[in-house]
Amino acid sequence: MAQKKSLISTANTTTVDARSPALSIDQSRGRSRRHLKPSTWGYIFISPWILGFLIFSGGPLVASLFISLTEYDILSSPNFVGVDNYRFAVSEDPLFWNSLWRTTYFAIVAVPLGLIGSLALAVLLNQALRATTFFRTLYFLPHLTPAVAMAILWSWLLHPTLGFANNFLTGLGLPEFAWLTSRETVIPTLIMISLWAGVGGNTMLIFLAALQGIPRDLEEAAELDGAGSWNKFKVITLPLISPVIFFNLILGIIASFQVFTLAFVATDGGPSYGSWFFILHIYNQAFSYFRLGYGSALAWIFLLIVLALTLFNFVVGRRWVYYQGE
Amino acid sequence: MDHAADSTPSGTPMRSTRKWVLRARLKRVILYTVAILLGILFMFPFAWTVASSLKQPRELFIFPPTFFPEALQFDNYITIFRDYPFDRWYANTFLVVILNTAGVLITSSIVAYGFARFNFRFRHILFILVLATMMMPPQITLIPRFILFDKLGWLNTLLPLWLPAWFGGTPFAIFLMRQFMLTLPKDLDEAAVLDGASYFRVFWEILIPLCKPALATLAIINFIAVWNEFLDPVIFLSSVEKFTVAVGLWYFQAQPMSSTPTAHLLLAASVTTIIPPIILFFAFQRYFVRGVALTGLKG
Repeated sequence: MAQKKSLISTANTTTVDARSPALSIDQSRGRSRRHLKPSTWGYIFISPWILGFLIFSGGPLVASLFISLTEYDILSSPNFVGVDNYRFAVSEDPLFWNSLWRTTYFAIVAVPLGLIGSLALAVLLNQALRATTFFRTLYFLPHLTPAVAMAILWSWLLHPTLGFANNFLTGLGLPEFAWLTSRETVIPTLIMISLWAGVGGNTMLIFLAALQGIPRDLEEAAELDGAGSWNKFKVITLPLISPVIFFNLILGIIASFQVFTLAFVATDGGPSYGSWFFILHIYNQAFSYFRLGYGSALAWIFLLIVLALTLFNFVVGRRWVYYQGE
Repeated sequence: MDHAADSTPSGTPMRSTRKWVLRARLKRVILYTVAILLGILFMFPFAWTVASSLKQPRELFIFPPTFFPEALQFDNYITIFRDYPFDRWYANTFLVVILNTAGVLITSSIVAYGFARFNFRFRHILFILVLATMMMPPQITLIPRFILFDKLGWLNTLLPLWLPAWFGGTPFAIFLMRQFMLTLPKDLDEAAVLDGASYFRVFWEILIPLCKPALATLAIINFIAVWNEFLDPVIFLSSVEKFTVAVGLWYFQAQPMSSTPTAHLLLAASVTTIIPPIILFFAFQRYFVRGVALTGLKG
């Protein structure tokens, strides 16, 4: 104790002493360090990101535009070919349109079903059930499963003869289903798997938070006016959470166009290119055949598609998204 | 009848109240039934896989399949670490996840401090750039990054998987931290600056302690994302002993590493990769749920 006290008193003395020249030296040192304007400090603090952006994202983005105009296999130096890669993609590569269509098919079904499913789960959890946290955790856990494990797990469940799914169906007297083994059923099956993994995930949590943010008095007013549950949902809830639906729609579309790991592990793009998604095509061209120029062209086409879809969403979104206080 | 009940308040309310109570009770029963059935639907694939992973290899080929193992084969979980390089793959993954997450936490909060507390000329446009890169699919830059890491001699090392995280983390991380810092009162750090504290001290001793909840959210979101990452490591790593566990699991499934059946081991290994994210989720569920909800509502 005594020691501590003496420490404090010394500290005090220094402060008092500091009023004499010692402090002014200290202050001038501080000032010279702060000679830099605050705006300069701002740049200093964000500089790690500026560097990272230039080296790992912005720079590579520009570089890939140049690479896309060349033939390049990393061993020999790049060979300028103009827009040949782009022309080849749209006019000669049969897998280009196939992969684009397969990806669009996946996204067009998976995104709306995912949004509706997540919203339905959020509405269910918002019904003041006693064990909300418990159920929320149950629904959320599939979302935490690493994609590779998910692909293996479902391949096993859907195994044509030894899997649970087909044996369950035959047990009920129903015919077996081809699941991941036919070109016709592979995309619906992958959609089913991604719904299992996704509907209870982040999207549901965001919806749930939005639902909990709706003021009770609005709902009560509607109830007094004699609105049924469905009407109340349609007239009060949906408009109020439309910004959140919009947010989830944009992220959902971007994410679903990036579908890769699930198909890569579970089907390797098959059967007969049935799940040959766009990123799989890029991966194969670039890293199996080392056609880095062509792969970059595909990547740029992909970027433009995603960008166009996002812009389209923003334009159309203006018509149906309701912002409070505007 | 109903009409009459509405118009004459006396006599009938009893009956209509009872009807209302019955209906409310029925609604609850239906809600709980739906909630429980959905829970089973979501959990069943896990249950089936865990049960299968505890079987002997020959049991997996019994037709029709059974749910329960004849005898629990916990050995399967030991075999994958003893006879196959899963221990190595786990070590690699933990190393990557820890170094990556540390980089994200430290540098993204520094950058967020710059965006949240300083005025500079291009601040607005640079922040829009952060948001734009947040939306950009990372696959777009995969090929040039591959070439870059090749030139740097980083291919087939773990460096590409964590070192870039030390340059501002991820755009999402910067966004999250900045949003959080904007909610903290400015007077706190302005007062400290007037008292002569350096900006670094203000950042480290005043803002960072206040940002702990946001940092916790970010830590687990990032941990899980890096843990699950597959495309980057499968492209940047080529020798088996460098693999992360996600790549190793894929490799184990795609390449026969043994002449005997390995399906039971594959399933056991898959189950182990799900465990760390789940533990983390249970430990920090509060931060996780709040963080996700926050980003959704502010975006």
